[in-house]
Amino acid sequence: MINLFEVVETNEMITKENLDVRTITLGISLLDCIDSDLNRLKDNIYQKIYEAAKDLVKTGEDISREFGIPIVNKRISVTPIALVGGAACKTTEDFTSIARTLDQVAHEVGVNFIGGYSALVSKGMTAADELLIRSIPAALSATERVCSSVNLGSTKTGINMDAVKLMGEIVKKTAEYTKEQDSLGCAKLVVFCNAPDDNPFMAGAFHGVTEADKIINVGVSGPGVVKNALSKVRGENFEVLCETIKKTAFKVTRVGQLVAQEASERLGVPFGIVDLSLAPTPAIGDSVADILCEIGLEYAGAPGTTAALALLNDQVKKGGVMASSYVGGLSGAFIPVSEDQGMIDAVEAGALTLEKLEAMTCVCSVGLDMIAIPGDTKASTISGIIADEMAIGMVNQKTTAVRIIPVVGKGVGEKVEFGGLLGYAPVMPVNSFSCDGFVNRGGRIPAPIHSFKN
Amino acid sequence: MNKTIITVVGKDTVGIIARVCTYLAENRINILDISQTIVQGYFNMMMIVDTNAMEKHFGEMADELQNLGEKIGVDIKCQKEEIFDKMHRI
Repeated sequence: MINLFEVVETNEMITKENLDVRTITLGISLLDCIDSDLNRLKDNIYQKIYEAAKDLVKTGEDISREFGIPIVNKRISVTPIALVGGAACKTTEDFTSIARTLDQVAHEVGVNFIGGYSALVSKGMTAADELLIRSIPAALSATERVCSSVNLGSTKTGINMDAVKLMGEIVKKTAEYTKEQDSLGCAKLVVFCNAPDDNPFMAGAFHGVTEADKIINVGVSGPGVVKNALSKVRGENFEVLCETIKKTAFKVTRVGQLVAQEASERLGVPFGIVDLSLAPTPAIGDSVADILCEIGLEYAGAPGTTAALALLNDQVKKGGVMASSYVGGLSGAFIPVSEDQGMIDAVEAGALTLEKLEAMTCVCSVGLDMIAIPGDTKASTISGIIADEMAIGMVNQKTTAVRIIPVVGKGVGEKVEFGGLLGYAPVMPVNSFSCDGFVNRGGRIPAPIHSFKN
Repeated sequence: MNKTIITVVGKDTVGIIARVCTYLAENRINILDISQTIVQGYFNMMMIVDTNAMEKHFGEMADELQNLGEKIGVDIKCQKEEIFDKMHRI
């Protein structure tokens, strides 16, 4: 039987170390909503999402209360809208009106984000894909809760450089369209290489076409719990360090698995996956950077950071895999800048640069995340940064992503406030040498040799 | 069996266990196990209870116990057993 010590340990994780379930994300296929009439399509989308998700928030709250574990976000992901809207949308404004429908139903059912305003263009773009991409700046400025993602490459297909070039311009334009809110629109827009179909985390969640009609995916959190466990083994060798992370990750993930199963049963929707990611928040003590410091670095970004992060990421997976029957999504440590107080401190101390962050993305999920850069950064430079990150994902057969915010009107050293879970960020310098000639070539980068496994 | 873990944490005072147990008895909640310690003057108790015969909803019980705790000056929390079981047992 459970003993007092175990109960106290669990409850201290929750009350003192910010253990929570970061999100229950309900994936909903919209493929059966497709219609060539735009209004009928929007009605179908609204009805399907509303019917599927009307009890989501209440179910999440009930589970949270019964087990005493906070469930921070309840969210929805849908089939990439470029696929759903292709038959009905003839203009970018048509697509934007679908974004408004998504925003409306998200408000109605009470979720804080809805993901899937997306296009999958890793090899080429259809006319609908391109229309959707071109509608992103207007869609994100006209809505509050809609998140957008674009998959630009994969290990199997290579990198669609035409789309990479276009996305550099779209990121700039989105920043411009939302300049009154410190270019907040870019915080809801992410580009991927090897995007997973079952990611529960925003801004990149969408419901892949390989998925069932509806599915429950859960994202756990718990950087504070790992940090606290490590503070008890200071000075011990790597074996002890790794064992401690593994055991802690196991416990954290088991909570996610329990919540996922409960939500699945109560909503009558199959359980998909638990995403093992260590997801930080701006709250003090809920930081991945702090774990790196606990491992032995003065600041995140110091020499040794990539190795420490590689070790952390691997041990989290090893502990987590055994705790859940199905793992998926992004599953790794997140290293967003604005959402992690330790990362912000490291940038402000001059310890962490964009280049070091890029190196770190080679060994963890997901990529360059929530990084504010000067508003006058050229579109082609942003495309160059995206291409670098896509290449890391393609060659290493992993997911990588870019979510950067060229903050209009702000320069290096200034601060940007996004609010809530998105936090705040110091504007970081970007290498200003040109890559125009590279970005403007057009076409695609072929798939790497090790993708030919057949 | 519907097992719930009730934890009571707070400054030690006369009658904490009595008042919690009275509430449980009135609501036909059966106590399966109690363990209790005092750490630095702070009262720390855990009860494993069976709520099968209870007529109220879980949320109602949790609210009433929380209110009772506020009256006595302690923090009372109810959680279903599975969260501890999942976390600490393979």
